[in-house]
Amino acid sequence: MASTSRRSSYSRRAQYGTFTGYVVAGIGALIGAVLLGLSLWQPGSFSGPRNVASDLIVQPVGEASATARTSGQSLFDAISGYLEAGGQNAHLKKEVELARIRLAEAEAVSQENARLKELLSLTEASDRSVTVTRMIGSTSSSSRRFAYIGAGSSDGVQPGMPVRSARGVVGRVLEVSPGTARILLLTDSQSILPVRLADEDVVAFAEGRGDGLLQIRLINLGVNPLEEGDMLVTSGSGGYYEPGIAVAIVTEVTDDGAVARIVSDPAATNFVTVESIWLPETIESAEQPADAPLEP
Amino acid sequence: MDRLAPSARSDAYGSRINRAHSPTLAYCIPLLTVVCGSILSIVPIASAVPLMPPLGFITLLAWRMVRPGLFPIWAGFPLGMIDDLFSGQPFGSAIMLWSLALISVEVLEARFPWRGFIQDWLSAVVIITLYLLLGALLSGASLDWQAVVALVPQLLIAILLFPVIARQVARLDRVRLMRFWKIG
Repeated sequence: MASTSRRSSYSRRAQYGTFTGYVVAGIGALIGAVLLGLSLWQPGSFSGPRNVASDLIVQPVGEASATARTSGQSLFDAISGYLEAGGQNAHLKKEVELARIRLAEAEAVSQENARLKELLSLTEASDRSVTVTRMIGSTSSSSRRFAYIGAGSSDGVQPGMPVRSARGVVGRVLEVSPGTARILLLTDSQSILPVRLADEDVVAFAEGRGDGLLQIRLINLGVNPLEEGDMLVTSGSGGYYEPGIAVAIVTEVTDDGAVARIVSDPAATNFVTVESIWLPETIESAEQPADAPLEP
Repeated sequence: MDRLAPSARSDAYGSRINRAHSPTLAYCIPLLTVVCGSILSIVPIASAVPLMPPLGFITLLAWRMVRPGLFPIWAGFPLGMIDDLFSGQPFGSAIMLWSLALISVEVLEARFPWRGFIQDWLSAVVIITLYLLLGALLSGASLDWQAVVALVPQLLIAILLFPVIARQVARLDRVRLMRFWKIG
């Protein structure tokens, strides 16, 4: 049984000390409430100290842990690979033969593709990537879903830029410090992304639900055209994301849309690409008030 | 004259002759463990749902239960401010909630002076549950029932982790009060 040495003391000094402790703690809680109200009202208001903290601590800690995580994963891969080596070897040989044939076919197709593009005088889309970096951490104990990446304003990263992995969209840059950036993940409940079906012209909004899944809300209500297993890609409206990047796969159809699972799970993501904003002019014009006079 | 048993001149923290606690160690270890707990929550990327328990907060609670009076009652303000820099919650939420938690532990202790570990654990369960719920409510996220359901695994992990952390804190407490050679 533990009990504190809590005795009612006759010493005025001790009594005042206890009382002052309560008062100071109460004032601390009040200050906290005011700061909380302020930062809920204007989410960017305390980004300064947060950026300093993420540059000083999140970056080294996150880089080290990301490296350890990757090498740990590859260690397990190596061990399991060793155990399965014999069977896998024979299997791979067969696959390589098949792949050689397919490669030759693909070369032919790409040649033909280039020729046809020349006919249409299309140019290759320019590379939009600003930088390639590692995902170094995420706020895994809060209900908000933010992640940190190991590149910041010194690498040309700016707020609003889309972040994608090799599989698909990861999120959007929210705050930038010189060496790191905080990104809003797709699964955050404040994240809304315009999407469309990969093979049809059905547009919708993908909203984070806060539990790792996305809620798909169709823009045109009517017969729900979504089916389980449908692939959703970015539609490009809004101007932030380039159209045609994979976002999510429908797992459950509901009355007004669907529930979808993200393609690029941040838990399985290691390297990400930060891309420049697709159409900056669209965003600038969207920020202008509707009743502002047009400049000549 | 009978010789004293060698253990008679020592306590749990080592021999008492010509040795003393180190004040630096005694005050730095609790502070550092709480701050490390706050920073640790960004390290693992398991980020589709909030899964990581609030380690800094649990460590603070454990120190408060193991060593009442070590942290002053207003310690929630500075430590919460550090946690806010890393947790992803809006700035101020940990300052307020940690301060309130420390005040409520103090009130609980005044109400129930004699407690065992089970009672400590129960009060920690209540405080952690309220902390996670209020934290989700004040995080600026739009809460619906799926997001609340997503909190359950995190809450269970946090509740089950509390005894483990409390035991580690008790072990660290022995390191904290280790006796060193006193010169002079």
